[in-house]
Amino acid sequence: MSSSLLTDGGMQPVGPDPSTAQSFLDVRDLRIHFKTDDGVVRAVDGLTFRLERGQTLGIVGESGSGKSVTSLGILGLHRRGTAQITGEVWLDGEELIGASPERVRLLRGAKMSMIFQDPLTAMHPYYTVGAQIIEAYRVHHKVSKGDARKRAIEMLDRVGIPQPQKRVDDYPHQFSGGMRQRAMIAMSLVNNPQLLIADEPTTALDVTVQAQILDLIRDLQAEFNSAVIIITHDLGVVAEVADDILVMYGGKCVEQATAETIFRRPEHPYAWGLLSSMPRVDREVRDRLVPIKGNPPSLINLPSGCSFHPRCPYVERNGIPCKTVEPTLAEGTPQHGAACHIPHPERLSIFQSDIAPSL
Amino acid sequence: MINYILRRLVTAALLIVAVSIVTFGIFFLIPKAVGADPAEMYVGKSATPRDVEATRVKLGLDQPIYVQYGRYVKGLVVGRDYNSGPSITHCSTPCFGYSFRSDREVWPLLLDRLPVTISLALGAAVIWLVGGVLGGVISALKRGSLIDRAVMFLALAGVSLPIYFTGLIFQALFVHQWPIFRGGEYVNFVDDPLAWANKLFLAWVSLALLFAATYARLTRATMLETVSEDYIRTARAKGLKERVVIAKHAMRSVLTPIVTIFGLDLGGLLGGAILTETVFSLPGIGRLSIEAVRTKDLPIILGVTLFGAFFIVMANLIVDLLYAVIDPRVRLG
Repeated sequence: MSSSLLTDGGMQPVGPDPSTAQSFLDVRDLRIHFKTDDGVVRAVDGLTFRLERGQTLGIVGESGSGKSVTSLGILGLHRRGTAQITGEVWLDGEELIGASPERVRLLRGAKMSMIFQDPLTAMHPYYTVGAQIIEAYRVHHKVSKGDARKRAIEMLDRVGIPQPQKRVDDYPHQFSGGMRQRAMIAMSLVNNPQLLIADEPTTALDVTVQAQILDLIRDLQAEFNSAVIIITHDLGVVAEVADDILVMYGGKCVEQATAETIFRRPEHPYAWGLLSSMPRVDREVRDRLVPIKGNPPSLINLPSGCSFHPRCPYVERNGIPCKTVEPTLAEGTPQHGAACHIPHPERLSIFQSDIAPSL
Repeated sequence: MINYILRRLVTAALLIVAVSIVTFGIFFLIPKAVGADPAEMYVGKSATPRDVEATRVKLGLDQPIYVQYGRYVKGLVVGRDYNSGPSITHCSTPCFGYSFRSDREVWPLLLDRLPVTISLALGAAVIWLVGGVLGGVISALKRGSLIDRAVMFLALAGVSLPIYFTGLIFQALFVHQWPIFRGGEYVNFVDDPLAWANKLFLAWVSLALLFAATYARLTRATMLETVSEDYIRTARAKGLKERVVIAKHAMRSVLTPIVTIFGLDLGGLLGGAILTETVFSLPGIGRLSIEAVRTKDLPIILGVTLFGAFFIVMANLIVDLLYAVIDPRVRLG
């Protein structure tokens, strides 16, 4: 099954640098499995992608597709006892999966950092916002509390918190949702990380604030030329900020291309489904949204062959072996990977005739 | 914040008043209901009816219940004079009345016993707090391991074994079999600190075992819950050392429920630990109350009850105030 991904050269690199030279972030055949009483959960199963400085990668997928598990895996935040992690994660020429936990800890929060989804639960309720930012700074910098405090105020100012000298001593619950997310971003950026992973950074926020937060991330990225991964189930968010998009389903990448390509010429039926179920305000209201039928698969017991086949409207079309043979990204082109058995020309014509008109 | 403190103080005061009304009502109405006469109980069986009447008037027992209660409260606040015609006895603040049996003032009796109870409670508290919380934390961090199982077994044994069992076993082993500790009379701390600790140690351990079990379980459960919180993940994502993540970020949250039950447990114990004091023959408040119950010495029972209630209410108050220190979200309220 998934081992075929390894051998048949299915992981054609997608992105600005198709050569074999190492990218700033280079994830190769990442597998994160959890042993549970019910069986092995294959949360991430053979994921490969690369990302350069200054670029933004959007990872899209439903809940339980392995997006967050991937990001936590890169940061080394899984417990080694319960999670079995294999593959390689190269960050700026340094391999992280095999590195000592202490080494990864020193990189964590400094060279690579993360913005979490819900800033109300992700910040400690008993410590002031300032104290938490100061702590994040002082883990990686030998500076006095006073200097770190100045840095915290500076960061709060940078992310657009009014009166940062005053708000620095407030507790998270005294901030509004958007302000809290800004504070969270300030905390993540306090050490000028070169890799920033934002896990659903706007999900808990209302729409006007969402745009501000995305702008903020984009501005800060431009300034520090950092690599950014945005994890979301919201295609609108990635459309806004991502250069490349990786679509995940059942712990695997099913489609990978530039954002432009994914939105204009998506090839995987799952991506079609995602696009069709996305509300659009710039179109008149005609029909109902088209949801993807069925539920995300169990990661303990993935469907055979293509794991999307039970939900796919084109399953076994013209006798293709969806239920038995697992497709690889190589079914697409080097610039546009798509793990689908439907022949490439046919995929394009199905999209043009069936999907695009109803978007 | 000041508002919060004031509100808590008023609540505490009202609570004590309510408790005093209820206990006073119970202890003075029930004898009436069952046909017992407090005045008779005070003077004893051999007294003449005239003596009984005189005592009734002297103690004010001929007055309606609300007058009696009013005088009782007045006695607590400013002291009280008992007028039996020829002689006037003054009972100074806080006056809990006189013991039916020994004719002594209740308050000095309580004060006499208090150091013993405080010694017992505080010593045990230190042991169970350190032992229980430490055991719980280790147990949670090493979940599923042999240590976890051992701690949880001890905890189960601790809550299951009554003090009159562990206490007697300990004394049999460590006082009689191997005389490491001495039995005998209680010694004041100021007289001989070593003898004081020696006498109390087994009592501390027996009492602490009972409480430590609860604390270990509570700590373990809260710790397990806390380490899966998002903010703990954030702390790790900052690159903090695991030791800091646990000792600073997780412990801060784990302490909240611990502080709550610790306050209540300690407050309850200061009102007297009847079983422990009896098993280890410690002359504390608990022993005083059990003796008073046995001899139907109403003023002492009332005094001990109010005294215990006072400690519990104060403990509640302190817990509430500590809460505001621990959890900033409480301060808004």
